[in-house]
Amino acid sequence: MQIFPCPFCGPRDESEFHYVGEPKARPEPAGSVSDAAWAEYLWFNANPKGEAREIWLHLTCMEMFAMARDTALNAVVGSEALPTLTR
Amino acid sequence: LTSVRLPSGGGVDRGRPFAFAFDGKPYAGFAGDSIASALLANGVGIVGRSFKYHRPRGIWGAWTEEPNAIVDVTRGGKTTPNLRATTETLENDLAVRSVNAAPSAAADRAALIDRLAPALPAGFYYKTFIWPRWEAFEGPIRAMAGLGRVDPDNRPPADNPQFNARCDLLIVGAGPAGLAAAAAAARAGRVVFLLDDHPEIGGQLVHRGGAIEGGYWRDWALSVARAVEGAGGRVMTRTTAYGVYDDNLICAWERRAPASDALWRVRPQQIVVAAGAIERPLIVPDNDRPGVMSADAALVYLKRYAVLIGKRVVVATNNDGAYPVAEALAEAGAGVEIVDARANGPASYLRVTHGATIEGVIGIRSVEAVRAGGQTRDCDALLLSGGWSPTVHLYAQARGRLRYDGALAALVPAGGVENLTFAGAANGAFTLAEALRQGHEAGGGEGAAPNAAGGQYRIQASWPKVDEEGRRWIDFQNDVTLKDVALAAREGYVSVEHLKRYTTLGMATDQGKTANLNAIAAMAALTGRTIDETGTTTYRPPFVPTPMGVIAGRQRGALINPLRRLPLETEHRAAGAQLREYGGWLRPAWYGPDDPELTIQREAAQARDTVALFDGSSLGKIEIIGPDAAALADFHSYNRLSTLKAGRIRYGFLLQESGVVFDDGVTLRLTEDRFLVSCSSGHTDAVRMRLELWRQDRFDARRVAIHDTTAHWATLTVTGPRSRDLIEACGLNVALDDQNLPHMAFATGAFDGGRLRVTRVSFTGDRSYELSVPASCAEALRTRLVEKLPAFGGGLLGLEALMILRAEKGYIIVGKDTDGTTMPHDLGVTGARESRADEYVGKRSLFMPVANDPRRKQLVGLSVAAGEAPLPTGAHVTAGAGRARRSQGDVTSSYMSPTLGRPVALGLVEAGLSRIGETVSLYHLGAERRATIASPVALDPEGKRLHA
Repeated sequence: MQIFPCPFCGPRDESEFHYVGEPKARPEPAGSVSDAAWAEYLWFNANPKGEAREIWLHLTCMEMFAMARDTALNAVVGSEALPTLTR
Repeated sequence: LTSVRLPSGGGVDRGRPFAFAFDGKPYAGFAGDSIASALLANGVGIVGRSFKYHRPRGIWGAWTEEPNAIVDVTRGGKTTPNLRATTETLENDLAVRSVNAAPSAAADRAALIDRLAPALPAGFYYKTFIWPRWEAFEGPIRAMAGLGRVDPDNRPPADNPQFNARCDLLIVGAGPAGLAAAAAAARAGRVVFLLDDHPEIGGQLVHRGGAIEGGYWRDWALSVARAVEGAGGRVMTRTTAYGVYDDNLICAWERRAPASDALWRVRPQQIVVAAGAIERPLIVPDNDRPGVMSADAALVYLKRYAVLIGKRVVVATNNDGAYPVAEALAEAGAGVEIVDARANGPASYLRVTHGATIEGVIGIRSVEAVRAGGQTRDCDALLLSGGWSPTVHLYAQARGRLRYDGALAALVPAGGVENLTFAGAANGAFTLAEALRQGHEAGGGEGAAPNAAGGQYRIQASWPKVDEEGRRWIDFQNDVTLKDVALAAREGYVSVEHLKRYTTLGMATDQGKTANLNAIAAMAALTGRTIDETGTTTYRPPFVPTPMGVIAGRQRGALINPLRRLPLETEHRAAGAQLREYGGWLRPAWYGPDDPELTIQREAAQARDTVALFDGSSLGKIEIIGPDAAALADFHSYNRLSTLKAGRIRYGFLLQESGVVFDDGVTLRLTEDRFLVSCSSGHTDAVRMRLELWRQDRFDARRVAIHDTTAHWATLTVTGPRSRDLIEACGLNVALDDQNLPHMAFATGAFDGGRLRVTRVSFTGDRSYELSVPASCAEALRTRLVEKLPAFGGGLLGLEALMILRAEKGYIIVGKDTDGTTMPHDLGVTGARESRADEYVGKRSLFMPVANDPRRKQLVGLSVAAGEAPLPTGAHVTAGAGRARRSQGDVTSSYMSPTLGRPVALGLVEAGLSRIGETVSLYHLGAERRATIASPVALDPEGKRLHA
């Protein structure tokens, strides 16, 4: 069990977190998005070996944030709050 | 064996004698004994049979390293298999059985197998038991080989607590080094967890003794323990740190008999491993005979348990550590001589033969004599000390590197694990003074370390040689000899990982604690490599076999995924409800003890005829609150919700981004800036999550919030033609007339001091009212409603009957009547897809080529003639014949309708909506049926009953 850094709560046990996905821009409006671009958004992930930027959810505070990990070393590099409309 | 209990001494309580049995024979021991020490005190020499050759085996070690004395232990009628006799505390009335022996270890029927040993080299079963079918050999081999037997009746209760803790410093091992580290850290005010798997602290000091700080070691040790506890730390005995995991999480198994064992998950800032070292055997011929023992273990039995291992003892060694053992045994009355492989050793008053080793062991069932230096010496015990292997397991689990130190003849830590350090014998410090110094330093101590007499430790490695004769055991537990290692090398299994798999060396319950380094050295010699080049196998947790129950804790059975409970469960049970799980909730399936089928039909018919009451409390009630609530509600829903008027309700779908229907349900607009999403019972958590996800992803979090109020409310649903009459009779002070409260609207009021919300929605197709009150008011509301039910001929309605009512109307259950491809238009709902210009979750997917496939499965009804049985749920709707026959969909819901007097069914069928009226074939588990595709709505297609 690893320690993950929640940007809001600090270092916490891995079991408090849930993986959300890779950061992606949602292609829209629907009318101008090609079938291929939409399929790419739905089904394809970069799944990098090495440095990865991932979206995680801290279940105890319900905040999503970006975490940088090295998927080859299973090491957490850092985390940051997401740039949303309020921050 | 001639081992005996001495008349005095040791740590056993002679005032508390215990009776126990071994292989059916009665014996006596004392409180404070281990099973092994009690057996030795009774002169029991043969404690088991070896894994493969069924050779008689005696006790080798005194603690976790024990390879031979594996026993099945029965207490209170329950048997636990494969326990180490050396680490199990003796209790009164224990029944102990040897493993892999029948009828007993002393008289084993399979003993002749050892004569076949030349035909059974390493890997023989891979080569031999192949033809004609390897499975045919499995049963007999399992009966002949292996360890203990599982007791199917032994189902330990799931009562093992699991504790999470943090500390500044966690120390594994409370020997001299661990104590010195703890002393330094605790005196600096750090919170220390000091763990040791023995019943008492002290480590080697308990049997080797020593003066520390000029006094008795135990006084010093107890002062350290007090200092640790005084600084807010813990001293935990009988606690095994069995694994280190990511970011230095330590898992430890605490034995708390008579209480249940516990698991500790500890996050220390820093770890000091001071876990000591394990003595290795010398690889001499027949070194596995009963009566051959680790020299250090013999001292443990003498000092801790007052058991003298033999009358005439030969101690064979290659290092200084066995000399104090030999002298202690001599002082206890044994005749002792030393055979030292080295040309020189420490001075001793005992007879020492230098430059010699054991050339043979005479005796099969016990040691009778040994040959050494060309001479035969009568003896009844042979003690072997081939040097010490630091207990590096935790460090190696953490991917620490090891380095071979030739001067110590040991693999020692080479550093490289952050915040994890080593001290004492675990770090190759085999003298007391050096162990204390290292511990003091590892604990961050300043100034001088605790002071003790120096002593010295020298060793001359005596690794197995390539060409040695005789059967020389390297791994006792898996019956692997030097010749087996040589065979593996000849056949190309020169990697230590291959060696392990091919010969099984280092496997099983001891994981090669006494064997691995000798094996690596042998392989190095056989392949002309150094020990460093040969390398070690991967160390993995647990360090010792750890009960699964401790790891699982209380998350077993019903607690793996606890059911959610209704506030009215007690009342439902009192009313005779049969409770079943639906979507994670325990809900009434039907009421009463009568035949379920008849009861369910009766409940459904009653609900259609008059009025019925069911508990809808588990339905999700998630609020979307704030100025941007309407925008978020619109985006997350297939149906537009911003156009809904406050006080009104709309039914709709939630889609996944793939366009697949994720959930359905109604949404209430409570006020302009407040919506209530009433999602399916089993989807509440997931719906809340996706709302939160989209809220954070694309909305101003200050302008909209999500709040799950499901558990706050209890909901009682009144349905049926007399539902309005019933509620009016209850005097709830809410205007129920259709002008004020039409279908798909709600009203609010007060009940019993709490808020009341009356929602006019229907999952039965009849006029229905959902009455929601705070959970604390649920009982009073139910009592009021139930009192009035008989006056209207009404009754209670369980979930099973509700399923019939909704299926008659073609109302779906998402996930049952839909699958992982179903889109809204497959359910006949096309409005938003055709008209909505704005973005919503899943929108673009509804216009992908696959969404327009003419063969999409669509929701239809499937009708059969009156008098026929209902279609089986899951039956395939088929097309074609013979080998070309294929499935076009399946039956998703099927019930007998008491109202229609015939079965009703829903199904997903390819292009089903354009095939209404077509007769199709169905297939289910070999049975053939026919049905006609129909509208999903079998009852009241005009919807008149909603207003009746």
